[in-house]
Amino acid sequence: MALKGAEIMKMLPKTNCKECGYATCFAFAMKLATGGAKLEDCPYLDPQVKAQLEAAMAPPIKLVTIGTGENTLSIGEEQVMFRHEKTFFHEPGIAILISDKGAESEIEEKLKHINTFDFERIGQKLRINLLALCFESGDKDKFQALVKKAYQTTEAALILICEDTDVLFSAAALCADRKPLVYPITNENMNVAIPKLKKLGVAAGVKGQSIDAVVSVTSDLKDAGIEDMVLDPGFKNMLEGIRDQTLIRRAALKKGFRPLGYPTIAFPCFMYPDRFQETLAAAALMTKYAGIVVWSQANAHFLLPLLVLRFNIFSDPRRPMTVEEKAYAIGNPDENSPVLISTNYALDYFIVSAAIEEGNMPAYLCINNTEGLGVMAAWTSGKFNGEAIAEFFKKYGVADKVKHRKLIIPGVAKKLVAELEEELPGWEIILGPLEGSDIPKFLSEQWKA
Amino acid sequence: MMKYEPPLEKISVNIRETVVGHGEKALKIGGENTLPFHFFEGSLPNPPGLALEILDTEPENWAPSVLEPFEDVVSDPVKWAKKCVEVFGAEMLCLRLLSADPMGKNGSAEEAAEITKIVADAVDVPLIVWGTDMEEKDAQVLTQVARACSGKNLLLAPLVKGNYEEIAKAAMEHGHAIVAQASMDANLTKELNIALCKFFPPEKIVIDPTASALGYGLEYTFSIIEEIKQFGLADKDKMMQMPILCDFGGDCWRTKEAKENREQGILWEAITGITFILAGANLLILRHPEALKLIKEMVV
Ligand code: SF4
Repeated sequence: MALKGAEIMKMLPKTNCKECGYATCFAFAMKLATGGAKLEDCPYLDPQVKAQLEAAMAPPIKLVTIGTGENTLSIGEEQVMFRHEKTFFHEPGIAILISDKGAESEIEEKLKHINTFDFERIGQKLRINLLALCFESGDKDKFQALVKKAYQTTEAALILICEDTDVLFSAAALCADRKPLVYPITNENMNVAIPKLKKLGVAAGVKGQSIDAVVSVTSDLKDAGIEDMVLDPGFKNMLEGIRDQTLIRRAALKKGFRPLGYPTIAFPCFMYPDRFQETLAAAALMTKYAGIVVWSQANAHFLLPLLVLRFNIFSDPRRPMTVEEKAYAIGNPDENSPVLISTNYALDYFIVSAAIEEGNMPAYLCINNTEGLGVMAAWTSGKFNGEAIAEFFKKYGVADKVKHRKLIIPGVAKKLVAELEEELPGWEIILGPLEGSDIPKFLSEQWKA
Repeated sequence: MMKYEPPLEKISVNIRETVVGHGEKALKIGGENTLPFHFFEGSLPNPPGLALEILDTEPENWAPSVLEPFEDVVSDPVKWAKKCVEVFGAEMLCLRLLSADPMGKNGSAEEAAEITKIVADAVDVPLIVWGTDMEEKDAQVLTQVARACSGKNLLLAPLVKGNYEEIAKAAMEHGHAIVAQASMDANLTKELNIALCKFFPPEKIVIDPTASALGYGLEYTFSIIEEIKQFGLADKDKMMQMPILCDFGGDCWRTKEAKENREQGILWEAITGITFILAGANLLILRHPEALKLIKEMVV
């Protein structure tokens, strides 16, 4: 749990020498408490005190990284239970499960998938870059071959799943510089595992049959100097997963309970044989706090909704995605080109502008600053009503750009028609299609200047 | 070693329980005193209600994969309603009165009420009746519907700031529940509920924060629902303790992602739905029977 300024103050030198850049030790302490200053800025801190303070001020949930380079997965360091309280900071990893028992062709396909799946949406790349390699064949060579193949043919971050501790670590040694997550580390294999984890410098996937069991393992690992852990309290379905992951996050955030201050991993792939159910469980477990979900599908139609959900839930509610307010000229519009209007919610802009481009009919797209609200929400709050739009027309001289007097408004904004007819006298207000994808058809069939 | 105590949070108030429909098939929603699926620390007496939507008019522009299950019945709302109940196992329906839309056919309120009565008489499951989303027209349509279906305990939607009085009065007189709609804003939701509760029984109000599909604003809906639930449960705000409804089937099936592939479309709707349930929604209106089935398997 975060320390209060007064508590930090007790441990500072209290000389008010100002070298940290603050007038007093107290001012420095207050700044530290809110994360605005760094301990290093005070040169007179006793190293032992510094270590103590560091431990006390550490984030309640540890940041754990797996993988390297562009494909590094960073999870943890979350601060809230609900995204509206602040934001969620780190997108969870979605791992594709590959069993060494699987057919060669299936393995090939999944590896290929991870290299080629690349989906662009609203200027954001949606990618999948995490593989969970699972030992099921009973044949050590087979598992090693799979690990080597994944290591050599992809750059993905890796999770190694293997109940045989020797096989697990011999595989980990093959890809240690990729910083894999090794799983499971349990009460039973912990003593064997600790020196190997340390030697290889890899993160531990801690497994227990309950939260209690996990706590006993993480406490011992921590005492042995192991910092990077991901937790699996053994939940067996979506419901148990929501329960365990909620309690783990709550214990870490609200009780400052360090032994549970790590991200979690969920295995919908082992819970639901039906792939639709598995996908829904993955969606739910990801939304309710998993740091990693391991999932058996490599089908783009199943993957895309999950990736978009992750993108949505982990977007920052404090900063709505917006584009700049202006009258955009799309293509090379002239005085007879259509005029459309929409909000500056980035998604609205991208959908409409892409549709206009697709239709090959140049147009003016008026983007009114609605502070990132979509059409209806902006209308409700007065940012996209008749008055606001009339104001926009004046400010950007829309009437001078075209000879006609026709304005196309979003299809969902039926309620705007009457308002605009009043506020923009002389303009004909045309309700556009409900769906952005129908804009090209709408323009080609209905537009006449 | 530090001892782990499960950090349970007991909440001393409940979300109100709302009954929709009448007779044996009447459905209760809400009533919980904890967050969704938190059976380990509270009680959730009613699973989320799942309604399938039907239109009073043949749909235009529906994606083939969502039209296909209903292809043989879309021309007749009664057949459509029956198929949803008998074949797809819907426990609740939402009838959308598209025929009365002033921007479309602009049929009369009387006609809309008549078709509603016919559908309501033909099935025994509870019925949500959705107007045209145009304030003035809905004031006429939904009051007519309230009268024509007196005693059926329909769930009338949507009531907004500009028309709630007339519709709520008719609903009260004829024994119906209502949906109070305020777009994506907790304060407006509360204001509307306060205004309604001056004369309307709070246990017959359902909140509609307006919902957006996965990839098209889902995160706004998700957070506003979580926020309203926090106000209701953690802060014990009585005006935020009504059950929450989400209506997003149309929004989902309009997306290019849903249209381009059947399985992707079903997942688009089902994932949107389960995400809202996780946030705290008590009632979903769905379009594809497979999405309904899938959500039901997971949550009921
Ligand atoms: S540098 Fe250290 S001792 Fe000097 S004022 Fe800052 S906190 Fe106090």
